[in-house]
Amino acid sequence: MAAEPVLEARGLSKQYRRGDVAVDALRGVDLVVPEGAFVTVTGPSGSGKTTLLLTLAGLLKPSAGTVRFRGAALDGQSDALWARFRRRHLGFVMQSFSLVPYLSARENVMLPLALLGRARREQYERAEALLARVGLEHRALHLPRELSAGQQQRVAIARALANAPALLLADEPTGNLDPALAGEVLELLAGVNAESGTAILMVTHSPQAAAAGTHRVHLDEGRAGARPEGAPATAGSLRSRG
Amino acid sequence: MRLGLVMWKELCHRRGSVVSGLVAITLGIAVIVGIRSVTRASEHAVAVKLDSLGANVLVLPQGASVDDYHTADIDAPTFPEEYVERMVSSALLGVENLSPKLTRRVRIGAVPVVLTGILPDHEVASKPTWQLAGLEPAATAHACLGDLGPNADERLRRKPVEQLAPDECLVGEEAAARLGVAKGDTLTVAGRALKVSRLLPATGTVDDDRVFMHLHEMQDLLGVGRQLSAIEVMGCCSAIGDGLLSKLRNVLPDTRVVGIAQIVSTQVETNRLMDRLSWGILLIVLLVGGLSIGNFMWANVSQRRREIGILRMIGAPRASIFGLFLLKAVVLGAVGGLLGYGLGTLAVVGFGPAVLGLEVRALPGWVGLAVLLATAVAVLGSLLPAWLAARFDPSANMQEV
Repeated sequence: MAAEPVLEARGLSKQYRRGDVAVDALRGVDLVVPEGAFVTVTGPSGSGKTTLLLTLAGLLKPSAGTVRFRGAALDGQSDALWARFRRRHLGFVMQSFSLVPYLSARENVMLPLALLGRARREQYERAEALLARVGLEHRALHLPRELSAGQQQRVAIARALANAPALLLADEPTGNLDPALAGEVLELLAGVNAESGTAILMVTHSPQAAAAGTHRVHLDEGRAGARPEGAPATAGSLRSRG
Repeated sequence: MRLGLVMWKELCHRRGSVVSGLVAITLGIAVIVGIRSVTRASEHAVAVKLDSLGANVLVLPQGASVDDYHTADIDAPTFPEEYVERMVSSALLGVENLSPKLTRRVRIGAVPVVLTGILPDHEVASKPTWQLAGLEPAATAHACLGDLGPNADERLRRKPVEQLAPDECLVGEEAAARLGVAKGDTLTVAGRALKVSRLLPATGTVDDDRVFMHLHEMQDLLGVGRQLSAIEVMGCCSAIGDGLLSKLRNVLPDTRVVGIAQIVSTQVETNRLMDRLSWGILLIVLLVGGLSIGNFMWANVSQRRREIGILRMIGAPRASIFGLFLLKAVVLGAVGGLLGYGLGTLAVVGFGPAVLGLEVRALPGWVGLAVLLATAVAVLGSLLPAWLAARFDPSANMQEV
């Protein structure tokens, strides 16, 4: 019997209202992220990529559909349970790095562990190890503004890994980086996926970034579309019901 | 790392806005502490002044006037001495000391003087100046001391005359001059030899022209029985303002109770005005301080939307976000309370003598009260912004970036 996927969404829809107009950001999307997979979701701006990520993390409530984590249904649960789910099982890497500006690199990495109530020593040691993992052990005491964009994104990756997540959600992680730095970050993510087996779901509009994944899917106007030409076959899938 | 450290770092990061948030609450608490300190100092000053005036309430026989008491005519009306016990047993608040007196005009040799019988252990040294005569005092508590707290003044400690033997007398300064007596001399009153144990220093009152002897000795000597001409009462100033005179009239309905109304009421009313003013300002400060802190917190929530989004993204529950903002309110309130107490106290202690003509002392008991008050105001003012911060939709912010 096949193992449960780390994350599975069925018929996921999200409709916004902009004044009197209803906007369908997601239209019945099915998604399966197997354990240890590196799934990239491509699509143009406004195709619903970020909405998909936020909905899967419980930061947006879907209009319809279900989300399961390792077989357990998440939809319909309280905000506190969604927060606990994110705290324990998810890591986030955002395009704008999303670091707390007045905390040092080390403190930013310690933050998820503080929310988990871990002992200060454990927080410290884990943060040090992760900063070393992303090559920033010498920048532990620096504030985000004292770091380059690439360094900030590496701190964000270290923070995303602090709670040893089952799934790392990445939203355009190379969107604010030049091609060289983008390559470094993608290499880092691929390394994390390969070494620790952390599943990654990364949305990007960049074909180059999408190529880093082991599984590629495409999203357009809230629907799963055809895989881009030349994309490798996927074990995960993303498709529209519509 | 604890979330409290995150809050602390955020406060340090936004020092400018934190300072502006602190200013309102600090000034508010400073005003309250300043006014309360001045009010207490004023009460203290009034108490000291009233104390130096001696008795401020006279209980006279029905139909007697203050003039009768002063002139001490032979046929001036009297009332029973047991009225003293009646007053004591009524346990009226604010009655600090009772000084029963019998006064009669007598002749000592050829010189007419007013002889006054006093009970040494009741007699107030009015009369603090009497103590200058070397009368041994034994301190008793002032009825108003409880109100005055740290502003208690040594001058307010009552010092009854303990030493007045049956065969001794005290002689006022003017009477001594008219009688030509000195300490140690003997006066013969109604055939009774009395040794002058002390000459009293001038007090500027009718006492200066009187000879004082033991009340019971005088009653026996003049054959008037256990009767009194008056009871001098030291009433606590605030108690007089609260209707002590009418309460005394209820206890002793067949007497005449007279207060030194002009002196007492004016000063008591001033104190009451200050007191009401300080509580009124307290209410205003609570309102303005709460709104200011609420406004600061709301601005802070708006500034921190992105960070709130980050915290929510990595799994902070709403309760933690709510708690973080309330913790910040507690810190701001506590710091504002401390600073406000210090500022208010320094201002009135430093400038009180020059500006108000009052020696104002610090009220240490108000440190905790100021901190508690400021913290409560800050927390109350922050409840709504903190709740809104906890309800903030993190996805809205994350989709903007």
